[in-house]
Amino acid sequence: MPEAQAAMAVEFELNGAPVEATVEPQTPLIDMLRERFGLTGTKRSCDVQVCGACTVLLDGAPVSSCTVPAFEARGRAVLTVEGFAADEGSSPLIEAFVNNAAFQCGFCTPGMLLAAKSLLDADPAPSEDAIKDYMRGNVCRCTGYKKIVEAVHEAAEASR
Amino acid sequence: MTTREFKTVGTAVRRVDADDKLSGRAQFTGDLQVPGMAFCKLVTSPLPHARITRVDASRARALPGVYAVLTAAELVNMETHYGSDKKDRPVIAMNKVRFQGEPVAAVAAVDLATAEAAVELVEVEYEELPTVTGIDEALAEAGEPVHDSNFCHEYGYEWGDVDAAFRECDRIFEDTFEFPMVYHYAMEPHTCIASYEPDRIRLWTSAQHPFLVQAEIARLFGRQLDQVQVVVPFVGGGYGSKSYTKIEPLVTALSREAGRPVRLALSVDEAMRTVRRHAARGTIRTGVMNDGTIVARECTGYVDTGGYTDNGVRVTERFGDRMPGPYSLANVRVKTYGLFTNSTPAGSYRSIGGPQAIWVCESQIDVIAHELGIDPFEFRVKNIVSQGEEVRRGKRPLEGDMEFALRKVADEFGWDSWTPGPTPPGVKRGIGFACGVTNSGASPTSTSIVRLHADGSATIYMGSAEMGQGSRSVMAQIAAEEMRIPYEKVRVVASDTSAVPWDRSTGSSRSTTLMGLAIHDAAVDVRTQVLDLAAEHFEAFPEEIEAEDGRASFKGETITFSQLVRNMFGGSGGELIGRGYVTSKHASGKLRQDPVFWEVSIGAAEVEVDTATGEVRLLRYYSISDPGKAINPKQVEGQDEGAAMQAIGHTLFEEMLYEDGQLLNPNLVDYRVPVFTDLPDEFETVLIESGNGPGPYGAKGVGEGGIVCVAPAVANAVFNATGVRISTLPLTPERVWRALHDAGKAVD
Repeated sequence: MPEAQAAMAVEFELNGAPVEATVEPQTPLIDMLRERFGLTGTKRSCDVQVCGACTVLLDGAPVSSCTVPAFEARGRAVLTVEGFAADEGSSPLIEAFVNNAAFQCGFCTPGMLLAAKSLLDADPAPSEDAIKDYMRGNVCRCTGYKKIVEAVHEAAEASR
Repeated sequence: MTTREFKTVGTAVRRVDADDKLSGRAQFTGDLQVPGMAFCKLVTSPLPHARITRVDASRARALPGVYAVLTAAELVNMETHYGSDKKDRPVIAMNKVRFQGEPVAAVAAVDLATAEAAVELVEVEYEELPTVTGIDEALAEAGEPVHDSNFCHEYGYEWGDVDAAFRECDRIFEDTFEFPMVYHYAMEPHTCIASYEPDRIRLWTSAQHPFLVQAEIARLFGRQLDQVQVVVPFVGGGYGSKSYTKIEPLVTALSREAGRPVRLALSVDEAMRTVRRHAARGTIRTGVMNDGTIVARECTGYVDTGGYTDNGVRVTERFGDRMPGPYSLANVRVKTYGLFTNSTPAGSYRSIGGPQAIWVCESQIDVIAHELGIDPFEFRVKNIVSQGEEVRRGKRPLEGDMEFALRKVADEFGWDSWTPGPTPPGVKRGIGFACGVTNSGASPTSTSIVRLHADGSATIYMGSAEMGQGSRSVMAQIAAEEMRIPYEKVRVVASDTSAVPWDRSTGSSRSTTLMGLAIHDAAVDVRTQVLDLAAEHFEAFPEEIEAEDGRASFKGETITFSQLVRNMFGGSGGELIGRGYVTSKHASGKLRQDPVFWEVSIGAAEVEVDTATGEVRLLRYYSISDPGKAINPKQVEGQDEGAAMQAIGHTLFEEMLYEDGQLLNPNLVDYRVPVFTDLPDEFETVLIESGNGPGPYGAKGVGEGGIVCVAPAVANAVFNATGVRISTLPLTPERVWRALHDAGKAVD
C-alpha cells in the first residue's frame, strides 16, 4: 500500500458556499471536487496542465485543477462550472456559446466557459487576438476554435 | 418532397444537449458511479516486441484491497481474440507483445492507489525480439515478423490499359510522399465500466459503435445479444478513436474475475497506445499529354497499421480508393498494402486513409502543373471528374458538381486576383489549392423507433452516439419536421442497446444520411397514423387533412394530435409508435450502390514562410462543405472547421515519434495539438447545398471532408512561396528550413 500521508482539513468557499474537506497532501484539487463534492463538470484529460479541461477559478483566476493540490484552496474561493452556470450573470456567455455553436462534444466546455469568464472579468472588451492569447491554455478538438472566439466576442458585446 | 416550408429543418436550433453541456451536468462515462465498482490499472509492456516468458501476479493478488488480476491465463471459457475485420487482437497480451504499452495484466482494486501499488507487484519476464519500426523495416522482413508476416492486407484495382497509356503519353511523372503517424486526442480518453453478471453483461463505455461492441462482447463471452447491454453516455470526442471495440473486452474479462463492476479510465499516455492514425507512403506515376490532359495514374501505397489490424484492412482499401483523386481518368492501376509494425495499433481516424491519399495525390498534381507551366487551379479544373461520372469504375457516379465547387472556392478565396503583396525581408508568401472526393457512409443499415405520446410530445430512439457532432439535435429536427410537431417537444434516447433499436455505427459521416432516413421514416410512419386517425375523426380522406404544429385540421375544424391519441385509446393515455428501417433496399435500392455518397473536399491556403527560421504561418484557409441540405447550418460549419483545424495539426506539427519501437512523445507537452493561436487570420467554410444526397431532404454527410485537403493545400502554398517542394509531413520549421537550405533558398 502507498504510505499513508497525514490527512489535512481544508476550509474554503466552493461556488459561493463555505465548505470543509479532509484531503491528503498529494490530492489534486480536481479529485477533491469530483470525488468529495460530486462536481463532475470539471474534466480530467491531459494531466500535464496543457489542455485546460480541468480549469476552475481560484479567487477568480483560472488554474488547472489536475496539478494544483487541493490544500491550495484553503481560505480561498473556488468556482466550478456548476457554480458558474447557476449564477444569473453567466447567461450572456452561455447563450453566446449556444448561438455560435461554440461547443460540440462538451468535454472542454466547462473549462472553456470558466477561462472565458475570467477573461471577460479582466477585460470586458477583448480584441480577437486578446481572446486567442488568453484562451490558448484551453484545448478544443471539435470546434476549430473560430466559433468559440465568436461566442466570447458576442458575450462581451451583450454584457456591455 | 412537398412544397411545404420547413419549420425546423435548415435552422440553427438550440442543441438538445446545450443545457447539459453548458452547466457541467452532461455525464460522460467517467462521471458515472456504479455501486460496488472496482478501479483498474494496467500492467503494460515496456518492450515493443517480445515473447512473454513468465507472468506472476501472486504478490499483487495477495495485496489487501486487490480483487483480481487478469492475465492471459484467465482467458478461459471464452473466445480470446477480437477485431473488426481480423480477430487478431487478444483480450490481453498472450505469449507475445507487439507494441510498447500493450496491456499484459490488469488489476482491479478497491481504489486507484491500491491498483497502482498492485501493478508494481506483477512480475513479467520477456525475451526481447528485434523491433519492426516503420514501413521500410516492415517491408524488409528481417528478424521475426510481427504476426505470421508483416503483411496485414493487400488491395488493388485497375481499369483501362495503363501500360499502353504510359507508352503513348507525352510525359510521365513519378513522386513519393510520406504522411506521419498522428493521434486523435479525443479529450476524453477511452473510459469503460463493465459489469459481468451471471445473467447479463452491462457496459458503460465511450464507444462510437455501441451495437458493434455489443456483438463483439456477446461473441467473446458466449452470450446472446439480449444479455449484453452497452450504454454510451456523452462521448468526449471520437474522430474515429472510439470506433469498433477497444478496451471493452479487457474490462469485461477483468469484471468476470473480480466478481464486481470494474472501471478503467485511460490516461492520455495510455490512449496514445490504444489507437492512432496510419502513417502512410504513397507513390504515384502519372502520364500526361503536353496540353495538360492526364491519361493514366498508377498508385502504390503502404500504410503502417502497427501491432494489430484494428481497422487496417479498410484503411488500406480506402487509401487505395482515394489516392487517384477526383479526376476523370481513363486508365488507373492501384495497389495498396497494410503493414504490421511494433507500434500502437492504427484504426479509424476522420476520413480513413483520406488525408494520406489526398496528400499524395494533390501534392503530385501541383508538381505536374508546375512542370507543364499550367496554373495548378486550371490544371485541376481541366481534369476534374464530371457530375454523374463514375469516379471509380463500378461505383456510384459522382452526385456533386466538382467544377462548380472548385470555381466557387477559388472565387471566394480570390485565387485569380491574388498577389503576394509586400513582405518583410526573408519572408515569402504563397497560395495553394487541393481537392478530393472521398467515398463515405459506411454500411447503409440503421433502424429507429419514434413514439408520439398522449400529450403530443415525442421520444425518438436512435443508436447513434453523441460525440459532439450534434446528431441528437439533427434527428430531433427531422422527427419534429416529419411528425409536424414543434422541435422543443422532441426528446432523444440514444446509444443504449437495451433501449434503442439497432444501428451499425457512428462514423464515416453516415448518421445524418442513414440514421436520418430511419428517423425520417419512423416519423412519417407516426404522421401517417395521425392522419388516419384524423381522417376517421373528420370523416374525410387522409390526403384532405392538414397537419402542422401538433394539430390536424379539416375545413376549418381542428383537433390536437394529443386528443387523437387519447381518443384512440379511449382515455387519458396511449401512444403511437413509428418505425424506420434503412437497408440497401431502401427507397427502391437507392442506397444499394457503393459508396452511400461522395464527400467533397476542397482547400485553398495562403501561407507565409520565414526563410530564416523555416516557420510556416497559415494566414488564410478556405474549405468547402456540401451537406446536400444543411439541416443545421451552424453545426455543418462546426464540423468542417473542426476537421480543418485537426488537419492544421498534422500539416504543421503533429507526429508520433518512434525510435526502436519506443514512443518518444506520449504526452501533450511533447505531442502538440492546435490551440487558439493556431487559428488562421481568415478561416472560412464555403457552404453549398447541392440537394443531391441520398439522405432526408437531399442531405448527405459532412465532417470528414474538412480534414482532407489542408496538408496538400498548405504544402502547395509553401512551394508557391519558396519554390521548394516538401514531400514529408509535418511541415515543421526544422524540416522546412532544411529543405530551403538544401535548395539554397534559406536565409542563413
